[in-house]
Amino acid sequence: MSTATLLAITPWPAVSAILWSVILVAVLYLARRTAHQAIHTATGALAHGLRLAAHSIAHAELRLAARNREVLLAAGREAKERIVEREFERVSETVRKDLTNYPTLHRALSESITRIEEDHQKAVEVPPEAPGWVRAVEAVAKLDARNGAADVLADIHKSLVKAHNEAMQAYRKASGERHGLLRRMMPEWRRIQETLGRVNKCVESLLTRSVAIDRHMQEYEDMVRGQDRAVSILQSSSVVQFFVSALVLLVALGGAAINFSLIARPMAEMVGGTSFIGGFRTADIAALVIIMVEISMGLFLMESLRITRLFPVIGALPDKMRVRMIWITFSILLLLASIEAGLAYMREVLLQDELATGALLRDEGGGELQNEHLWITTAAQMGMGFILPFALVFVAIPLETFVQSLRTVLGLAGIATLRAFALLLRVLSNGFRHLGTLAERLYDLPLFVPLWLEARLAASADRSVVSRDMREARL
Amino acid sequence: MKHRILLAAALVLAACGPAAPTNTGVYLLLDTSGTYSGEIKKAEHIILYMLSQLEPADSFAVARIDTGSFSEKDIIAKATFDDRPSTANRQKRAFAGQVKAFVEQSNASPHTDITGGLLQAVEFLNEKHSGRKAILIFSDLKEDLAKGYVRKVPLELKGFEVVALNVTKLRSDNYDPREYLARVESWRAKVEDGGGRWRMINDLERLEGLL
Repeated sequence: MSTATLLAITPWPAVSAILWSVILVAVLYLARRTAHQAIHTATGALAHGLRLAAHSIAHAELRLAARNREVLLAAGREAKERIVEREFERVSETVRKDLTNYPTLHRALSESITRIEEDHQKAVEVPPEAPGWVRAVEAVAKLDARNGAADVLADIHKSLVKAHNEAMQAYRKASGERHGLLRRMMPEWRRIQETLGRVNKCVESLLTRSVAIDRHMQEYEDMVRGQDRAVSILQSSSVVQFFVSALVLLVALGGAAINFSLIARPMAEMVGGTSFIGGFRTADIAALVIIMVEISMGLFLMESLRITRLFPVIGALPDKMRVRMIWITFSILLLLASIEAGLAYMREVLLQDELATGALLRDEGGGELQNEHLWITTAAQMGMGFILPFALVFVAIPLETFVQSLRTVLGLAGIATLRAFALLLRVLSNGFRHLGTLAERLYDLPLFVPLWLEARLAASADRSVVSRDMREARL
Repeated sequence: MKHRILLAAALVLAACGPAAPTNTGVYLLLDTSGTYSGEIKKAEHIILYMLSQLEPADSFAVARIDTGSFSEKDIIAKATFDDRPSTANRQKRAFAGQVKAFVEQSNASPHTDITGGLLQAVEFLNEKHSGRKAILIFSDLKEDLAKGYVRKVPLELKGFEVVALNVTKLRSDNYDPREYLARVESWRAKVEDGGGRWRMINDLERLEGLL
């Protein structure tokens, strides 16, 4: 039904419009309660649904956070166990290396001390004997000189001087011997000092290690108790490790790319330059496979050396088997590195061949390129071809860190995403609730006349009820 | 269910089958008739350029156009380059040597059998199963058949690209350029009627778009 038809129900379109408006308002007024209910129910259902979804996501976020916390603590515990284990290994090594010789040291010390004691005993100064005939000399001295006492005294003096000289000589000799003995003590003292210094160094090293172990054990206990501080430290260190290891992996990727460019061209000589596997040149795939095998061998070597722990099976192998595996992986790596050096040399030869052919085809002389310093680039390429496989071995360390920290970082990213999503749903839920209220108000907007009348009628009804109540109260 | 498994297996096998060839086959026809033999040095440059552009597994042949060109005897040099780059380089050097020797000893032929040469080129390239097939005609396109030679045969040039190089103007063309235009047009029509693609390059300084 068109607008023109609607306006044609009376001869005057304005009257028709007013008539339709009145009818519409009346219909809207009559349906007001139902419409309000419908709007309220619809928006309420949407808001409720969104709130439920937000709750559910918040719950999932909590579960993810708890799981992330567990993973983080488990990883932290494992890392701490490894550190403590290493510290104990070092302590054991110190004890084995230094304190195994302790009985020998002890014996050396005892012997030195005994020798010193003996020498010390020998070096004790013997006090000179007091002369026994001094009184006799005094008595003779009191005699009258005329009775021949002077001669006696002269003889005694002479004997005394002689005895004194002999005593002095004996005393000097004994002192010299004592000094000799004391001199002999000096190296013994030094030896004792040196031995004690060594023991002191060893004990200090043990003390330092024990302090470090105490610290690690404290941190380990914090982790076992699941303290927030430990989790926070682990989280931040995990994120830092993630970015650092990603950076190192990028550098390693650059190294692998250079390695690839070194061997891809000469690979065409081995597998042909025109065959393709799934749109990729077979030579390129072969070069890539060699690099991947090198990286895998590097991983196994690192695992066998127990530097990384990506494959617990390798770490748990018996020591004999593990050592055998170290030698096998190292031999394969050495072989591959040698092959790469050969391929790098071949690359240079091919390049020269191509340049010579190109020069010939461009009619630029005999096609012979003379460069006396060419061997430098050839040697550099060969060196790179040999060294890069060994350098790629160390990719295992950042790779392990990257894999381990990736779990935490992904968990954190997941938590952040879920939190943002839950927030968005809550905002939408509130929005729908307010939208329902707004829709009810907008519905009432064209009904202001009947609503005003309704309010007036209700007010007058209230007034009449109040006046009746008052009359009844007066009666 | 069995049918589905069989269909899946067939699809997998089809996917693992030999891929479409990606190599290029080039056949260069060299006009050695009296009016054109002076241009042969230019042709040598084109051949060397082509050799520098071709990759391992590509095929290349150079044949002269003389009185009766529908013959293997007219092939000056031909090679399918090995897929090992070093061997391909050796082949290219040998090819260049053969062409050089021909240029130094070539004699002018009395007649010009371009159609016969084209037929020979089509046969050669079809045998090579190249992914891309190009026939280069280094000629003034003036066909001059000897008595008794019949060349009114339709050309099967579907999938071929025919490139006319250095189409020089004859003295008579200067009097009446319509002759030159008609000659070029007639060859274009012949090639396109046979299902091929026609191109003409007269500026030999700009050979980058040749292949």
